[in-house]
Amino acid sequence: MSPFTLTLIKLAFLAVLWLFVIAAVGVIRADLFGSKAATKAAARPSQPRPPKASRQPKPPRPQRSAQHGAPTKLVVVQGERAGTVIDLTGVPITIGRANDATLVVTDDYASSRHARIFAQDGQWIVEDLGSTNGTYLGRTKVSRPMPVPPGVPVRIGKTVIELRK
Amino acid sequence: MQSFGEQIRAHLPYQRRNAASLALLVFAMVLTLSAFAEVGLARDGNIPGGLFIYGGGLVVLAFIAYFVQTKFTPYADPLLLPLAVALNGLGLAIIYRLDLDTSADRKATAAAGKKLLEDAADAPGQLIWTFVGITLFVGAVLIMRDTDKPDAPLSFTPKTAQRYTYLIGLSAVVLLVLPIVPGIGAEINGARVWINVGGFSVQPGEFAKLLLVVFFAGYLVNKRQAMSLIGKKVGPISLPRGRDLGPIMVIWFFCLGVLFLQKDLGTALLFFGLFVSMLYIATQRVSWVLIGVGLLAVGVFIATLLPFMGHVNQRIDIWQNPKPYFDGGCLLKSGEVVPVNPDTDIYKKYKKPDVISPGYTACQALGGEYSDSAQLMKGLFALGQGGVLGTGLGQGEPWRTPLSFSDFIFDSLGEELGLTGLMVILLIYALIVQRGMKTAVAARDPFLKLFAGGVSFVLALQVFVIVGGVTRLIPLTGLTTPFLSQGGSSLMANWILIAILVRMSHDARKPAPQAIQDEGMTQIVSTR
Repeated sequence: MSPFTLTLIKLAFLAVLWLFVIAAVGVIRADLFGSKAATKAAARPSQPRPPKASRQPKPPRPQRSAQHGAPTKLVVVQGERAGTVIDLTGVPITIGRANDATLVVTDDYASSRHARIFAQDGQWIVEDLGSTNGTYLGRTKVSRPMPVPPGVPVRIGKTVIELRK
Repeated sequence: MQSFGEQIRAHLPYQRRNAASLALLVFAMVLTLSAFAEVGLARDGNIPGGLFIYGGGLVVLAFIAYFVQTKFTPYADPLLLPLAVALNGLGLAIIYRLDLDTSADRKATAAAGKKLLEDAADAPGQLIWTFVGITLFVGAVLIMRDTDKPDAPLSFTPKTAQRYTYLIGLSAVVLLVLPIVPGIGAEINGARVWINVGGFSVQPGEFAKLLLVVFFAGYLVNKRQAMSLIGKKVGPISLPRGRDLGPIMVIWFFCLGVLFLQKDLGTALLFFGLFVSMLYIATQRVSWVLIGVGLLAVGVFIATLLPFMGHVNQRIDIWQNPKPYFDGGCLLKSGEVVPVNPDTDIYKKYKKPDVISPGYTACQALGGEYSDSAQLMKGLFALGQGGVLGTGLGQGEPWRTPLSFSDFIFDSLGEELGLTGLMVILLIYALIVQRGMKTAVAARDPFLKLFAGGVSFVLALQVFVIVGGVTRLIPLTGLTTPFLSQGGSSLMANWILIAILVRMSHDARKPAPQAIQDEGMTQIVSTR
């Protein structure tokens, strides 16, 4: 085996090592920001793409346009878990001290199952689940399910959350 | 104070990433097989027969592990298994490379009836231990259940361990003390960290590490409230109460004991660092880290002052200035170092047929402490020889360093893969630790959070202590390099560690059970 071949093999192996690490980091990246393939799959219409689709104006995406202006994330702005961001995907979000809550708050002023935020007709609704100390939307006590506009603080014990676009 | 991890939590809903895991696993296989191929081509001039035994064995094992992971923990972190397999495969390849019994040259020499160099690297043995390790991984993933499953008899979740906190703490201490017990303990290569069990030497410290994490996690979950809330504020940091200092002092004395009795700086540093980091994770209080670092500095200072701690002193002396100790040096009471290597007159004076180590005998006569830095320096020479790109697998001479296949495997890899390769290995460790920490952040239960954070941190700290030691960043102590070093105990303990992380990451990442929302009459009643 000539020294030149051996050098090539050596460099090739180092390249394989680095490619492995880069691939691993790529998987993490996809975990954090979503992979291109997954985004494309979600954006692609279900029927096969017509030829020369690029020249035509983009088909409107009915689901997205219905939710236009709707909040996309729930942000904890105050309290022990300030900074936590939860993406709003349409799944109801429960808040409380119970371990199975979506947002678990360790706060003596919160109940185990304190409040619930869910989507209805393109709006997000907050509902108090019979908590001891109550849920406040802005300065009003939530006594029945109420729609939550983006940017209005919802207070649960010492925790304040907000919906943001 | 807010932990940074919270901000990136739950950015995207977790998904099954089994395809990504499989792709990376195949990549790890390619990595291992090409390492074997390169060793064979460069060292023996052909693709080695070992490629099929070692590579094939690892491929089969890794795919069994993969299928168990997909079947029983489908939401598990996709990176943990492939990264561990890649490290284990690389370790196997470099041990195969260092096991000169497998080389064509050596077989020819042996056939010619010539004397062979001593060679303690054992590639077939390491393959068997890999087999045992991955089997333990599979077994652990199968046995452990999700934490939200009701407690059926004999069901075992990572959280079950919380019930036996103190029992586990006690067994960790017993495991640590066992090597000192005469009759059971065994001394190999000057370190008393082994016990003999049915013909095998086991390093109980590797398992004690995991048990200690469980103990610290269980203990801190109960005590963290007081430790994190009560105290008075001095400037920007809030100091804890005096009586809350109890546990950290106990651990500190325990680690000092390890330092004094076993003269093992690495283990002491590992356990103390583990406790301080878990205290920090539990309380989020910077003052604990400051107190810990302060206590560590005091401990090391005491160790250097005490007269009977000559051994530790010498380690530090060698770390600062290894050259006079090359092939034997003698530290006199006055602090002066007299070389007693084979080139010196005093060595020649004591060189007689009945003297086993003339350097040591000469040093005894001078009334000093004998030590030898040749291993450390040869390791450094190996790193220097490797440079940026390395010599290429199978083309260097890493076997010249004693224990090049266990304690100094990092230097061996450095010689043949260069800085470029070492960076990859460190990155793989960093990724495993990052995935572990991510699991801790995603976990909902505080005990599991601490457990996952602790095992990840202990892995990182161990890599730091041994890699820092062999690269002369910190004084050298003999710890194993996780997944790379030759040795069964280390492989078994680390594969169990990965299995625990895999199970916990599945638990944390799987979607929450959907409560029944739309059946108006049904109400969910908590039984707790």
